[in-house]
Amino acid sequence: MLPAVEFRDVCYEIDGRPILRNLNLAVTPGETLVLLGRSGSGKTTALRMVNALLYPTTGEVLVNGVATTAQDPVQLRRRIGYVIQEGGLFPHRDVASNIGLVPRLQNWPPGKIDERVRELLDAIGLPAADYLHRSPRNLSGGQRQRIGVARALAADASVLLFDEPFGALDPITRLELQNLFLSLRDRLHKSALFVTHDVAEALVIGTRIALLDAGRLAWIGPARDFRRADTPQAREFLACIRILETDDSKPAA
Amino acid sequence: MIRSLLPEIASLTLEHAMLVGIAVLLAIAIGVPAGLAATRNRRVRQVALAAAGAFQTIPSLALFGFLVPMPYIGGIGKRTVLIALVLYALLPIVRNTVTGIASVDPAVKESAVAMGMTDRQVLFQVEVPLAARTILAGIRIATVTTIGTATIAAAIGGGGLGVLIFRGISMVDSMQILAGAIPAAALALIADGLLAWLENTLSH
Repeated sequence: MLPAVEFRDVCYEIDGRPILRNLNLAVTPGETLVLLGRSGSGKTTALRMVNALLYPTTGEVLVNGVATTAQDPVQLRRRIGYVIQEGGLFPHRDVASNIGLVPRLQNWPPGKIDERVRELLDAIGLPAADYLHRSPRNLSGGQRQRIGVARALAADASVLLFDEPFGALDPITRLELQNLFLSLRDRLHKSALFVTHDVAEALVIGTRIALLDAGRLAWIGPARDFRRADTPQAREFLACIRILETDDSKPAA
Repeated sequence: MIRSLLPEIASLTLEHAMLVGIAVLLAIAIGVPAGLAATRNRRVRQVALAAAGAFQTIPSLALFGFLVPMPYIGGIGKRTVLIALVLYALLPIVRNTVTGIASVDPAVKESAVAMGMTDRQVLFQVEVPLAARTILAGIRIATVTTIGTATIAAAIGGGGLGVLIFRGISMVDSMQILAGAIPAAALALIADGLLAWLENTLSH
């Protein structure tokens, strides 16, 4: 099966300083591949190559089998959903206009856009009657991220990109958003690349996990195997959740 | 005495307002596009801000002095005055356009690009609406200062309320000075109030 996204020997440098070194990865259709790594590991750089915000210095990134360099970036981006940490919603437009952005860019008829927006508000658990014409300025961080997810889904993109989308949320809201993500994932079968530095999130969200370290792929495999990963970088990450689990067991003992 | 001046005050006030109105409209027509172009290119930004800043630092009477002997654009009269007023009004408009666009949240710009907006769409559907308030504030500063500067226009035959002020000074007649100064101040206050109201209407 043709990978939804594929990195082939991708290197990326800024002023001669390597950010990504020979990255080879493939996202199979329908899976959520988590890019896990510390700050500066190159995971966001890799993500931004998929929607042509950046291009590889050498190597190539293929989306649905075609190199990003061979595609019109504007058209490519309209076919890829993108959710970033602060949401990046337009503060001067209401919720409906924000969600309907990409369908509008694709010249959908207004009636169809309106229908789609209502359907998505329903899917993300915000009643259309209350939220359609609210300003993003008057929403909580969690609500804004829900709208951000809806906007990414609006034009039925085949590939979704998430750049630490829930990183700035409180733990309880984050859990709610992770559950929303999982329910949407199971229902919509989208291919997704999900960047995070949170191991616990990677284990919950990912079908597979790719661990990046200093621009290199340090481990890749099914999420359920990550706990048994025995590269030094994986062990460092796993140590973070062992602390949590030990704390959990204390009251029981 | 003041009553006999009233028709003249009225016509000079109108002339003053027209002079300022045309100058500011021209400055907007040049300054806003120049400011927008400047946000797309660092070189253009440096040149535009430096040029607009340079005009601002020349004292207004001196600028009129420079312009009068200039061939083609100079001479005594309204055209020279208009050129000088436009040059003065440019800086706040260019500067606020650049600042307004630059202060749009980078996350909003990035998501606009990542959603597949073209550069033109990002500029006109995202950056300009979000910078509108700052740009309008620049237009307000430009308008108010131009109303003041335009009083000096009378020195080179530009007309306006400066006519009364200069005549009052040469005749040592405080009444005539005030007959020019008070309407000029009133014009500035009214323009300031109207544009401030417009700014607030846009901001919500």
